[in-house]
Amino acid sequence: MSVLSYLIPISLILGGAALVGFIYTVRANQYDDPEGDARRILSDEWDDHPKP
Amino acid sequence: MTAQMRPQMAVCPGCVAAPSEAVEQAPTEARLALSLPTIHCQGCISAVERALNAHPGVQSARVNLTLKRALIEADPDLRAADLIPVMEGLGYEAHELDLTALAATQNDKAGRDLLMRLAVAGFASMNVMLLSISVWSGASDATRDMFHWISAAITFPAIIFSAQPFFKNAWSALKVGRLNMDVPIVLALVLALVTSLWETSLSGEHAYFDAALTLTFFLLAGRYLDYRTRAVARSAAQELAALEVPRATRLLDGHEYEVPVADLAIGDLILVRPGGRMPVDGEVVEGHSELDRSLLTGETLPVFAAPGTGVSAGEVNLTGPLTIRATAVGEETSLHRMADLVAIAESGRSRYTSLADSAAKLYAPGVHILSALAFVGWYLYTFDVRTALNIAAAVLIITCPCALGLAVPAVTTAASGRLFKKGMLIKHSTALERLAGVDTVVFDKTGTLTAGTPQLVNLDQIDRSDIEIALALATPSSHPLSVALVRAAQEAGISPAEVNDLREVPGYGTEGTYQGRRVRLGRAAWVGAEQCSQTAAWLDTGEGSPRGLFFTDALRPGAAEAVRALQAAGKDVLLISGDTTGAVEALAQRLGIDKWVAEALPEDKAARIQMLADQGKNVLMVGDGLNDTAALAAAHVSISPASALDAARVASDIVLLGQDLEPIAEACTVAGKAIRRIRENFRLATLYNVIAVPLAVAGLATPLIAALAMSSSSITVSLNALRLKS
Repeated sequence: MSVLSYLIPISLILGGAALVGFIYTVRANQYDDPEGDARRILSDEWDDHPKP
Repeated sequence: MTAQMRPQMAVCPGCVAAPSEAVEQAPTEARLALSLPTIHCQGCISAVERALNAHPGVQSARVNLTLKRALIEADPDLRAADLIPVMEGLGYEAHELDLTALAATQNDKAGRDLLMRLAVAGFASMNVMLLSISVWSGASDATRDMFHWISAAITFPAIIFSAQPFFKNAWSALKVGRLNMDVPIVLALVLALVTSLWETSLSGEHAYFDAALTLTFFLLAGRYLDYRTRAVARSAAQELAALEVPRATRLLDGHEYEVPVADLAIGDLILVRPGGRMPVDGEVVEGHSELDRSLLTGETLPVFAAPGTGVSAGEVNLTGPLTIRATAVGEETSLHRMADLVAIAESGRSRYTSLADSAAKLYAPGVHILSALAFVGWYLYTFDVRTALNIAAAVLIITCPCALGLAVPAVTTAASGRLFKKGMLIKHSTALERLAGVDTVVFDKTGTLTAGTPQLVNLDQIDRSDIEIALALATPSSHPLSVALVRAAQEAGISPAEVNDLREVPGYGTEGTYQGRRVRLGRAAWVGAEQCSQTAAWLDTGEGSPRGLFFTDALRPGAAEAVRALQAAGKDVLLISGDTTGAVEALAQRLGIDKWVAEALPEDKAARIQMLADQGKNVLMVGDGLNDTAALAAAHVSISPASALDAARVASDIVLLGQDLEPIAEACTVAGKAIRRIRENFRLATLYNVIAVPLAVAGLATPLIAALAMSSSSITVSLNALRLKS
């Protein structure tokens, strides 16, 4: 059962990383315009050089 | 402001001239906002952003496709009016939005807060559930204890952070000595945590950490759904308000300045162009015109205005430019004084308790008594505090209103979403429940049942040659009656006669020369005719007596269908208007409404609604004018069209976004269905309790049974709510 001492921390850290990631996306206003962001990826305007 | 001028460190002029590279960010505090209702794809986004960024004076522009808006960071002297033609040149409809009115939607803190708590509860409950499953599937001794301790370490901080909304609500209810749905929730959470911790420290078998977290997660999901529904409606309502940018043209030393209405002071001279709305109360000092007072009084007949005439904020100037001197501004205008009347009417409205609250009133004491009885019973039977407390906690967790907390928000979210697609905005949280109980519908006439645009009625009774002259006279004018006349004549295929020297006399009409005779089209007194009660324009051809061209108000699309459908559904339909008896009677007959009241003052309308309410009727009021606001506030539930004055929209529970009135009848049906679903959900939740509670009281409930009962009842009520969508 000693494997538990690795597995439990690993699962908690992975879950915690996902939670931190989600909180970051909420804070960075990434849910303000879901529809627009889904469409913007289809535009080829900035494909050759990044938006200045 | 993100795009500030960066400090120029370079000393030599050549370096200053070199453009300093600014990092581009989405404008967080945009100075200008445009509503672009027709954008829909990535092509639109690119086109709009490219055009706006290329416009001189614009520093950055970003489109939000979800809200169909563009936020623009620009030089101080650039105005939205300069950018609207740019958008229209690209083929997109554009309207200016008032940013101060939108401020609340932009920093949507409460929603983000709730989402964060939901995420934390979700994360924690997943992890604890994994640990619990190992316990249920047979972990024992030291392993079980370790799993319980890890669960406790996750659960405590998670609950303390995510269940805060419930703690706050429960505390505010307890402080005033009342019980709400949150009190049993908090009690269950606290009791479950305390007994589980105690059990864990004694190496006990049952811990309810997973139940406490799942409960928090499901309840937060309900809260979040509820919040989203209201936030969508609120942001759409704010957008309506933001579309009316309050600006006025102030005259100072012969120059015109565009200023916000809030900056106007008593005694200012204000220019109101034809088609413009009076920003303040005042007196005409220069110019002749006609005023449309229909939003304030319900009268359809335009009123003549000349120097000395008093005007009220909200009236529309029809023909000639008017200069007015402000006599009352801001809060003192008649528009705002109406707000007092609304406040009085609202205090009279019987306080409606929502279905969820009345369920909680029955439910909360029941749960507490049951759990207390279980505790006392088991204590007397075993004289063991630990067993008794364990069972009391199990009872509280099993009966906790997990499904009840989801039952209402899930249904209202589904129903509001469905009505939103039909163009109805549910502003108030209990509006749907109240709408379901409506048995009497009161309509306002002008602007609600009618579109507020006149229609020529006696085209075929007038000589063709006269119509040709009238058409020629009406063509250059933008007066609503002239526009209606031109439209009717063009539809009949009539071409204008040759009239020379056309001249519009603001406030009176138009005149010209036809075959050497002076011809006139305009007000009765001006052409020498008798004034009559119907809306009319008079034509003087220079020969014989003046001919009257009569107009009626065109019906709003869907008005007849809405009235018929409501009557077919067994509801009483009434018409109460401030307009003249003749006009109201004619419309009532046209729509088949038996009961009508004409020439009603705003107080009369509110009083009549109150009278109906006293008779035990649930009244739905549909109105748009300032004279309806008190009645809208007094009614059981109220609807106003998007074209209504801001004050009326604020006073009503539901706003109709489109032109069409037909969705009203359907909304009543959908609301009825939604209420049936809510009741079904309550029954389902009760059924689960009836099965699980005896087990809990008998001491047979394990954390596994609690988790199963809770999850399955939550999922069933959510699925039942979704049935409404189709």
